[in-house]
Amino acid sequence: MGRASIRYAPAARWATVVALGAAVAVLTACSGDSYPQSTLHPLSDQTSAIDALYRHVFWWAVLVFVVVQTTLLVTLIRFRNRPGAAEPRQIHGSTLVEITWTLAPAAIIIAIAIPTIRTIFEVSGAAPAGALQVDVIGHQWWWEFRYPELGVVTANELHLPQGRPVALKISSADVIHSFWAPRLSGKRDAMPGRITRLAFTPDSLGTYLGQCAEYCGDSHANMRLRVMVSSPADFQAWVTAQTAAPAPSDSTQTLVLAGEDAFEKIRQPGNHSCIACHTIAGVSGGVIGPNLTHVGSRTTIAAGVLPNDSAAIARWLHDPSAVKPGSLMPTIDLTDQEIAALVAYLQSKK
Amino acid sequence: MGTTTIPHTETTAPVAPTGVWSWITTTDHKRIGVLYGVTAFIFFLLGGFEALIIRLQLGSPNNTLVSAEVYNQLFTMHGTTMVFLAIMPLSAAFFNFIIPLQIGARDVAFPRLNAFSYWVFLLAGLFINFSFVAGPLFGANGLSVAPNGGWFGYANLTSVQYSPGPNIDFWVLGLQILGIASLAAGFNFITTIINLRAPGMKLMRMPVFTWMSFVTQFLIITAFPVITIGLVFLLFDRVFGTTFYNVAAGGDVLLWQHLFWLFGHPEVYILILPAMGIVSEVLPTFSHKPLFGYAVVVYSGVLIGVVGWGVWAHHMFATGLGPIADSVFSASTMLIAVPTGVKIFNWIATMWGGRLEFKTAMLFAVGFVSMFIIGGLSGVMHASPPADLQQTDTYFVVAHFHYVLFGGAILGLFAGMYYWWPKVFGRRLREGLGKTHFWLLLIGMNLTFFPMHFSGLLGMPRRIYTYGADLGLNTFNLISTIGAVVTAVALLVFVYNIWASRHDRETEANPWNAATLEWSVSSPPPVYNFAVIPTVQSRLPLWVADGVTPATQPSVPPAPIHVPGGSHWPPLTAVGILIMGVGALLHHAFLPSLITALFGLAVTVVSIYRWAFEPFEV
Repeated sequence: MGRASIRYAPAARWATVVALGAAVAVLTACSGDSYPQSTLHPLSDQTSAIDALYRHVFWWAVLVFVVVQTTLLVTLIRFRNRPGAAEPRQIHGSTLVEITWTLAPAAIIIAIAIPTIRTIFEVSGAAPAGALQVDVIGHQWWWEFRYPELGVVTANELHLPQGRPVALKISSADVIHSFWAPRLSGKRDAMPGRITRLAFTPDSLGTYLGQCAEYCGDSHANMRLRVMVSSPADFQAWVTAQTAAPAPSDSTQTLVLAGEDAFEKIRQPGNHSCIACHTIAGVSGGVIGPNLTHVGSRTTIAAGVLPNDSAAIARWLHDPSAVKPGSLMPTIDLTDQEIAALVAYLQSKK
Repeated sequence: MGTTTIPHTETTAPVAPTGVWSWITTTDHKRIGVLYGVTAFIFFLLGGFEALIIRLQLGSPNNTLVSAEVYNQLFTMHGTTMVFLAIMPLSAAFFNFIIPLQIGARDVAFPRLNAFSYWVFLLAGLFINFSFVAGPLFGANGLSVAPNGGWFGYANLTSVQYSPGPNIDFWVLGLQILGIASLAAGFNFITTIINLRAPGMKLMRMPVFTWMSFVTQFLIITAFPVITIGLVFLLFDRVFGTTFYNVAAGGDVLLWQHLFWLFGHPEVYILILPAMGIVSEVLPTFSHKPLFGYAVVVYSGVLIGVVGWGVWAHHMFATGLGPIADSVFSASTMLIAVPTGVKIFNWIATMWGGRLEFKTAMLFAVGFVSMFIIGGLSGVMHASPPADLQQTDTYFVVAHFHYVLFGGAILGLFAGMYYWWPKVFGRRLREGLGKTHFWLLLIGMNLTFFPMHFSGLLGMPRRIYTYGADLGLNTFNLISTIGAVVTAVALLVFVYNIWASRHDRETEANPWNAATLEWSVSSPPPVYNFAVIPTVQSRLPLWVADGVTPATQPSVPPAPIHVPGGSHWPPLTAVGILIMGVGALLHHAFLPSLITALFGLAVTVVSIYRWAFEPFEV
């Protein structure tokens, strides 16, 4: 072998060690704002418990990494072939050494397993009494959130009050999805025919990103969600607005009225119509797509892929599959005027 | 391989026949090993090409290089190809070529069954990949109808309701056919290792590669029936309307996950144990020292194989199995770290006090140890279920298993290629190109996979064809993509090395001064392997330093050797099975489907019948 490779070997490995250390330092120093979907910047009791456990395991792993890689490196340098070196002693093993290095990893495993099992029970999904109940239902490719005690039904944007435990009851309307909002909660799969649970208490105000974490078909990447954590008063105000009976469309706004007409119109061929799939309280009762009763109050549409503004809604209505491949919402033969009217109508649904 | 250069007389020393037909009908384990190796390496390049497109797509946020549909096909085929068509058969190439030579046998126990395994593997691999161009045959919009349900094919996304096209049918049938090849090979090698060892080759004298392969075969014959059942259920759901995974009719989607991972986790050890065996051969040879703690290394391998059966649900922590099940599967998973750690310590102790020659094979073996440690440590992290709730289905897990499967299995397999190349082809790969290959690959894989630890922990889920710029993950993804390009260049250097060294000649039997029996015969070995079946008195028969006389092979066999001739019935049987698979693929058209399947059945039955009654002599 060349001496060259001996010189490079430590360099490459030390570079890895240094890179690891530097990256850890950078990540710890950076605020979660730069990484809205980070698992390393927890903002709930559950994710804080997971994070503390992970850091415990991480430093054990770093210790093992440094000790073993250093030993390997020292071995490679110290026992490299030198000209005129004698044949080494033929050693076949040592029982004492074998027992030692069987026990050492076993001891480390125990040091990791004990806090692990403690944390498993802590984050098992059991919620304290008085927790806010939310039903989470995964759909291809959007999230439905129902608040059974409050009578609120919404989509893709989960509103939670700060400091109150929340109990999520998770299921799926079609294939398997996985609910994940990393700063607030670890994953829990949403499965057809099964109920799974998560419980956590958000501790900071703000809007946090999440998305489906189980491959669920064409637009798995576009099945995103937001969690809005607000003060208890603001949350109550939001609930009040969501449960208020929707005002009838303003008869002075002709565009909105035209939009309502377009929304209700049955189209041929195929009997396509907005009302077949969507609910708007007092107008329609479709349950296949998201409930649109208060769609104007959301910040995003299409499961968090587009902002909730006129241009984006028009783009979505024009060709849903272009935004979200495989979208179950068909492309409907809407005229530009109809699209403009629908945009105005949907935006009026605050 | 061509013919041997050993002088011989026709009556006592059979020569390998030449020509394409002789390769198609061959039953020589060495030729079948070469066929496995070449085929699997081509599939490996194909799977690597798929990965490269995946990385190019993810190099920047909101990229549109490929569509969602194509991307989902690519990651499904990348995983399926690498696991079933690249790493497993690359290991099988070594099982075939090396095991009979290491145990002092003239062939495997069932040479024609061995040929059958190869042809089934090849045809099943072509069958699955044919889906990339089969679209027009099924009236699809595009050219490709490749599988798109992920390599793990979770129910109920794979049901007809949610995946109506032929994509999933290609996957189910392809894997089902591949399973036949794996099972046949598994039984063949178990029988070979138990029955065909040379006199004196006790189990605890077997080379560690053969030992780890032995454990692997048991995992294969026990794990593959489980996925076979899972796939039969899925096929019946899709073709005959049964309801195993249909929730609306009382089925259960978790049933698939249990069956798949009950197979899938032993499968991980099927992928890694042969590489561990290779490294256990390479390190002692280039350290000039016997393996430290042979018995402990062997027992750890057996223990990994056994405990590997009790950890499957760690793939399912996010399904909410409950705290008791989580705790048990967490503990069993962490337990595997002990025998794995012990192996690593024994490998380092083998080098400690040795005289380390850094040939390319040795560099890859050392690279294996170093990279495998990283994959092992991240594995312990998500063996902890709460941590796994954050890490599962993110790029952190992608980083983890690529350190195990690329840093582990692939580096180990490359170590084996550089190590045994002279034995197989009678020439060495060039050292300079080999070292360039090694360092580029090491840099490339670390550039690709190390940043994935960070992108995963910072919120990058797996299997997404696009991601927003607002996640802050652009830089990590870009570095990974650059790493993938470097890795691709490294592989081109390897391919060039094969080309550049094609006329080199190496006739030494034992160029590395290794200790095991395969190095006692010429390079490449004669068709009959051993002119005289050696009598083994030591674990390291060729190292005089061990106090044992090396076996010496006469250049001309002293007595006539019976070498089985070729047979075209095993490949024909494989063709029959392929035709049955095509029949099942056409299940939407009843009559053509039935006729094709019955024709395939007829070909299969007739071929097996003729095979069974074929006089099998020279």
